[in-house]
Amino acid sequence: MSAFLDIIASAGLWAAVLRIATPLIFGTLGALLSERSGVLNLGIEGIMTFGAMIGWLAVFNGADLWTGMLVAALSGALFGLVHAAMTVSLGLSQHVTGLGITLFASSLSYYIFRLAVPLASTPPTVTPFQPISVPGLSDLPFIGPALFTQTLPTYLSIVIALLLAYIVYRTPLGLALRMSGENPHAAEAQGVDPIKVRYGAIMAGSALMAMGGAFLTLSAFNSFFPTMVQGRGWICIALVVFASWRPGRALFGALLFAFFDAFQLRLQTVLGNVPYQIFLMMPYILSIAALAVMARRARVPQALMQPYRRGER
Amino acid sequence: MRLERREHRPLVLVVLSPILAVVAALAIAGILIAAAGAPVLEAYGRILTGAFGTRLAATETLTRATPLMLTGLAAAVAFRARLWNIGAEGQFYLGAIMVAALGSSVLSSLPGPVLIPLLFAAGAIAGMALMLVPLWLRLRFSVDEVVTSLLLNFVAVLFVSMMIDGPLKDPLAFGWPQSMPVAEHTLLPKLIERSRLHIGLVVAIVAALLVYLLQARTVFGLQSRAAGLNPEGAVFAGVPLGRTLVKVTCLSGGLAGLAGAIEVMGVKSYVTTDLSPGYGYAGIIVAMLANLNPLGVIAAALFTATMFVGADGMSRAMGIPTYIADVTVALSLLTMLVAIFFTQYRIRR
Repeated sequence: MSAFLDIIASAGLWAAVLRIATPLIFGTLGALLSERSGVLNLGIEGIMTFGAMIGWLAVFNGADLWTGMLVAALSGALFGLVHAAMTVSLGLSQHVTGLGITLFASSLSYYIFRLAVPLASTPPTVTPFQPISVPGLSDLPFIGPALFTQTLPTYLSIVIALLLAYIVYRTPLGLALRMSGENPHAAEAQGVDPIKVRYGAIMAGSALMAMGGAFLTLSAFNSFFPTMVQGRGWICIALVVFASWRPGRALFGALLFAFFDAFQLRLQTVLGNVPYQIFLMMPYILSIAALAVMARRARVPQALMQPYRRGER
Repeated sequence: MRLERREHRPLVLVVLSPILAVVAALAIAGILIAAAGAPVLEAYGRILTGAFGTRLAATETLTRATPLMLTGLAAAVAFRARLWNIGAEGQFYLGAIMVAALGSSVLSSLPGPVLIPLLFAAGAIAGMALMLVPLWLRLRFSVDEVVTSLLLNFVAVLFVSMMIDGPLKDPLAFGWPQSMPVAEHTLLPKLIERSRLHIGLVVAIVAALLVYLLQARTVFGLQSRAAGLNPEGAVFAGVPLGRTLVKVTCLSGGLAGLAGAIEVMGVKSYVTTDLSPGYGYAGIIVAMLANLNPLGVIAAALFTATMFVGADGMSRAMGIPTYIADVTVALSLLTMLVAIFFTQYRIRR
């Protein structure tokens, strides 16, 4: 029992929580934005992989770190454009299109990476984002090292979550977004073009997903390797349901999830005789459990996964 | 310009759509090959000779097509009933580890003709069991089975990793995490001597024929199609939706589990965590390229295997990363979706 308390009382745990949560916050917000407009984007896993690769590659070739993030975001928006063209304009199956985007984007990442970086025994690295110290706050005992020794993208992800919550609930744009996801016919009658809204939401959401991927290679680690996203995208899709499609709860959900993940990582060293695979399974099982608990309670956007064709019922 | 639903789907277009989709995917992938500074047509030529140029290459392509046919069928039967089984990868691994466990146990004293079908069944049951979890979550808690079946892939591979690192670890593998090999007499007979091609190919083709007959000629086939086309309508017409979905789940998960079982007994004889280079995910593409037709799955699996095996040879000769095969195959899924769309709609000015 005291081992558990020791883990929770360590500042390192809480610093890790924020670090682990960051890509999930980006990804969950991206998926949420898209789904609020009525379109499920299962391209997330591949888009995160591509963002991780292309952001890293840009920095490896001399771009600065923020340019790397921007390149990743733009690449994500491009994949979003493909997804939107297929699911919104053509009304194709959102499930299958998204999986297709994931398979395409991840294999394209590996292809480009292998072309640009020849096989080496140690993968090449870049200098990642460094933790910044917040004057005053970082020097506080416990709270300082626990919460204020992160890199800038982590703080950015939290700002985006709050901003998105504001936009969704407090602005005309957010109203248009919600209407497109709840009842596109009514939105159209009010002079909102659900097709444009969906294109915008999918592209912006995909940009966020790619930034979440880029965080992995430009802040959490400093190199790219295949399969590094490890199902984080799918976990984000589950977190959207857990959050009941609300940005604030998405932030909370990602942090809660990251807490369990950081906790189990430290528990591994305490419980040395349990196979490590059991711990690695936990995030996935936890996601499934969260889905089972929340699926019926969550308020699904009513037009989610329904293609909208003007003049058709 | 607007889209208009066609009155009926022209047969020519339906037949041509996979071909057009593949050509379009190859054209887009050609840009990527050109970007790498290689002659595109020569690269495609080398893919073809790499896959069929020699007797050995051709048998290798057919060997690779075998699990793809089974995972393709797994996806096709599920998608037809709108059951989104994206977990074939995990089901493949559970089928494989089940066979490794039983095939190296006391059971292996049974004679081959008894044991081989038994192991097939065991692998299939393992796959079924894994897919029943997402189905149960869908029926009981309304959880979308796409995400749950996907997440279970990671759990299944970690479970296999745990088994081959623990109770099923081969002590003679110099510390490598790999399972104990299955008994010699459970290995599937070769179709052609001095090649890796085994009778699993026949099993896969027979499975495709059986699934075709099941879908075209039985009540279950009709019910599963109805469940996919219009679930509410199906219930109204008296289709037992839940029971139909359970059957579809067992068939789909069973086929994916069987694929894993056959891969162990036919090719590797033991299990590692890289037994499948993504056969489960590629099965989704195979199913879509086949337009969910079980007989089309055979052809689509051959195309996919051709790309994978051919790209290996091409890559060695021209320095293009083998990932070009994955890119092309994934692209063909996207182009196929668009092609299917234009069999149903036309553009009107």
